[in-house]
Amino acid sequence: MSETSQTQATQEPSVLTVQDAYGVLLERFPGQVRMDERQGYEGVLIEADSLLDVASFMRDQLGIRYLSSVTGVDNLPNGQLESVYHAFAGLGPALVFKVQVDRDRPEVPSLVSVWPSADFQERESYDLLGIRYIGHPNLQRILTWEGFHGHPLRKDWHEPYYEEELKPFASRHPDGHVYRAEDRNPFGMNLQYPSDFDPHNWTDIAQAAVYQPLQRTALESRLETETMVINLGPQHPSTHGVLRVVMAVDGETVVDLMPVFGYLHRNHEKIGERCTFPQIMPYTDRLDYICSMSTNLAYALAVEKLTGIRPPERAEYIRVIMAELTRIVNHLLAIGFLWNDVGAFFTPVVYAFNERELILDLFEMAAGSRMMCNYVRVGGVFEDLPDGWMEKARRLVYDRLPRFVDEYERLVVQNEIWRARAIGVGVLPAERAIAVGATGPLLRGSGVPYDIRRVEPYSIYDRFDFDVAVRFNGDVYDRFMIRFDEMRQSLRILRQAMEQIPDGPVQTGKKNYTIKVPPGEAYHRIEAPKGELGFYLVSDGRPNPWRYHVRSTSLINLTSLAEMCRGHKIADVVVILGSIDITLGEVDR
Amino acid sequence: MADDLTHPSIKVPAEIQGTVRVATWERFYNWCRSRSVWPMMFGLACCAIEMVAMASSRFDFSRFGMEVMRASPRQADLMIVAGTVTKKMVPQIVRLYNQMAEPRYVLSMGACANGGGPFKEGYSVVSGVDKYIPVDVYVPGCPPTPQALIFGFIQLHRKIEGQTWKDYTWYKNRGHGEEIPLPILGPDLFDPRQIALIEAAAISEQANVEQAAG
Ligand code: SF4
Repeated sequence: MSETSQTQATQEPSVLTVQDAYGVLLERFPGQVRMDERQGYEGVLIEADSLLDVASFMRDQLGIRYLSSVTGVDNLPNGQLESVYHAFAGLGPALVFKVQVDRDRPEVPSLVSVWPSADFQERESYDLLGIRYIGHPNLQRILTWEGFHGHPLRKDWHEPYYEEELKPFASRHPDGHVYRAEDRNPFGMNLQYPSDFDPHNWTDIAQAAVYQPLQRTALESRLETETMVINLGPQHPSTHGVLRVVMAVDGETVVDLMPVFGYLHRNHEKIGERCTFPQIMPYTDRLDYICSMSTNLAYALAVEKLTGIRPPERAEYIRVIMAELTRIVNHLLAIGFLWNDVGAFFTPVVYAFNERELILDLFEMAAGSRMMCNYVRVGGVFEDLPDGWMEKARRLVYDRLPRFVDEYERLVVQNEIWRARAIGVGVLPAERAIAVGATGPLLRGSGVPYDIRRVEPYSIYDRFDFDVAVRFNGDVYDRFMIRFDEMRQSLRILRQAMEQIPDGPVQTGKKNYTIKVPPGEAYHRIEAPKGELGFYLVSDGRPNPWRYHVRSTSLINLTSLAEMCRGHKIADVVVILGSIDITLGEVDR
Repeated sequence: MADDLTHPSIKVPAEIQGTVRVATWERFYNWCRSRSVWPMMFGLACCAIEMVAMASSRFDFSRFGMEVMRASPRQADLMIVAGTVTKKMVPQIVRLYNQMAEPRYVLSMGACANGGGPFKEGYSVVSGVDKYIPVDVYVPGCPPTPQALIFGFIQLHRKIEGQTWKDYTWYKNRGHGEEIPLPILGPDLFDPRQIALIEAAAISEQANVEQAAG
C-alpha cells in the first residue's frame, strides 16, 4: 500500500463543490475525462489508461480522501463493462467517476495504491463481473471460490435454477402455477457444470489460493523463527457468524492476517436484479439482519432518489424513530458480543437481549414480524403505528432505556480485566481509518467526527438536535465507549421525534408490486448503525433494476482488520474483530 | 416433569409417590438423554440470532437442559443448522457432522436450512441441508420465532424418547455412524457420490448439442 496517502492527507483540502471538481478535471485532463452525458446519469467518464493519474490528482489536489464505493455494471447491449466509483471530499454529495472497458478485455487499473479502501471491493467486482483490476495486490475471488465457473453478475450468466430474465415469472403470474426447481435440474439440486468438467481429475485450488498471500508475507519477512498459518473459523464461536480469518502467526503473535469471505454469500445482487423494485424490500431485511429497519430505509431512500417520490411527513418521522431504535438494538448487541469475546461469557448478551426483546415487541406490533420487519416502503411505510404503540415506546425511550444504558455502562466499564484487554489494543489512526474506508463507530472512534446524518443529511435528520459522538484514541476501548455515546444521542433524537410527530397519511400513492422508475442511476447512503450503508441502483426504465449493488458497511470496515491486528496476540484478534462489529449477512450478501 | 417417567399402567403406593418412580431402564435412559441435549454453538445466518434470543432470558432454553452450548462438535449432541447453507459452507457443515459423536441429532431451523428459503434461486445456495446430512426435525419460519423453535425441541424430545436400543441403528452397529463424504468445491459444488451422474449428464448434453447441430 502506498505511503503517500499518509503524507498527502495532511494537506488542507480545497473547498470545491462537486460540479467545480468535475470542471477542474475536465480542464486538467482534456481528452481523458468527459462528462457522462447519458440521461439520468451523473459524474465523469475516465479513460482507463489515465485513471491512476486522475485518481491521484483527485486525492492530492482536490482533497478527495475517502473512496466510498467501487462496483461494476455490465452494459451488455453495448458490449461494455463499467467500473463505477463514488468518492467524497467531506461534506456534500458524491463525486462519481466511471471507467468503461470492452467486455472482451475488461482491464482497469487498480486504485488500491491510491485508496486502500478499494481492496475488497475491487476483488468483489472482479469475482462477480470479471473486471480485472491491473496492479491489485491480491486479485482473487472473494465471495465465490477460486475455480468457480463464470462471473455470476454478468447479464448473460445464468444460475442453475434459471427460469426467466425478470420477475414476475410467467409460470407463476398471473395463473399461479408452481413447480419445484429441483425437478427440472438433472442433479435434483442447485448445480450446473461446464461441459469440459472432469470430476475425476479435479484439483481443489480453492484452499491453496486462500493461503497463498500469507505465505508470501512469511517469505518476505525472512523471519528466523518459523511462522505458522492457522485458521479461525468459519465455524468458531467468536467470529460472529461464518467469517473465516487466516493468520500467519509467530508463536502467539499475529504476523499477518486475511479475512476470507463468502461463506454466507446468498446472491443478493443477482436475485435483486431479477426482482421488481418493491420485491427487493424483504431481501434487504436479510442483509444486516440485526438492523433490518435501517436497511429497509436505506433501500427505500435510494429508490426514492431515483424516482423522486417523497414520503408524507408522518412516515418520515416513523422511519426515523424505527431507525434510531434499530441503532440502539445494534449497539446493545455489539457491546454484549464484544464482552462475550473478552470472556464475560453470555451474561452481558443476556442483558442486551432483554432490552432487545422489548424493542422487538415494538417492531412486531408495527410490522408484524420481530426480526425481518419489511416495514419501510418506497414512499412511506407499510402501515400506521397501531394503537398503544406510542405509549409503549415512550415508556421505553423516556424511562427504561436511559436507565439501562447507564447501568449497562456501569456494569463492566471499570472492570480491570476489560480495561487491560481493550485500552491501547487495535489502534487505528485517523489517517488510516479514512484511507481504508472505515465508517460508523469505527471511524468516529478514531477521532473523525464524520456522521452522514450531519454531512449529507437525508430524510429529516436536519431537524433534530444531536451531537456527533467522537472519541480520539482509536482503540478497542474507544470504539466500545462510543456506542454508549451514540445510544444516548439516539435516545435524544427519539425523544424529539416522538414529540414532533404529526398525524396524517403514511404512504404516498397506492400499494402495488411494481413502480415506475425512470432510466438513470442513483447512489444513496445512510448512517446505518454499523457505518455507511449505500445502495447503488441503475435503472433502464423497466420495473426491475438493471444493476443493484449494496455498498456493504461490514465488508469494507473489515479492510482495516489486518493492520489493526498485526503485532497483537491471537486472543486480541477476536476482540478487535468484535469491536468492528460486523454482520455476516451484510459482509457476504 | 419427573412424573412422565412412571408408566401410566404402574401404580406407585401413595405414601412413596413423591420419591419413587418406576420405569424400564430404556425409558429412564431416554428420559435422561432427552433432557440434556447439548447443542453445538454454531450459527450460519439470521436464524442464529433468534437462536441466541432463545438462549436468553425471555425464552431461556436452560429449562430444557440445553444451555450448555458446546463450541466443539465432539461434545455436542445436537446440531442446530440455523441459517442459509451456502455451497462454500457445505463441506464444513458435513465435516462438523462427521465429527459429532453418536447418538447425534440435526435440527434444521428456518426456511433456508429446510429448503433454500428466500435465497433458493441464487447460484450459491444449497436447496436444503438435508441434501447432504440427515435431518431429524425441521422448524419452518423465516426466522422461526423462538416459540416455534421450542416446539421443535419438544418434537426432538419426543423422538428421542421414542427410540429403542433395538432399532436405532447406532446401537445396533455399536460403532461410529457412517462418514459422509465431503462435497468438493469444483467449478460448482460436487458430491463425490454423484460423479457418475455428472458424467452421464455431460454425455447426454453432448448428445443434445450434436443432435441440435446435425
Ligand atoms: S430462514 Fe430466513 S431468517 Fe433464517 S437464515 Fe434464512 S433468510 Fe435468514
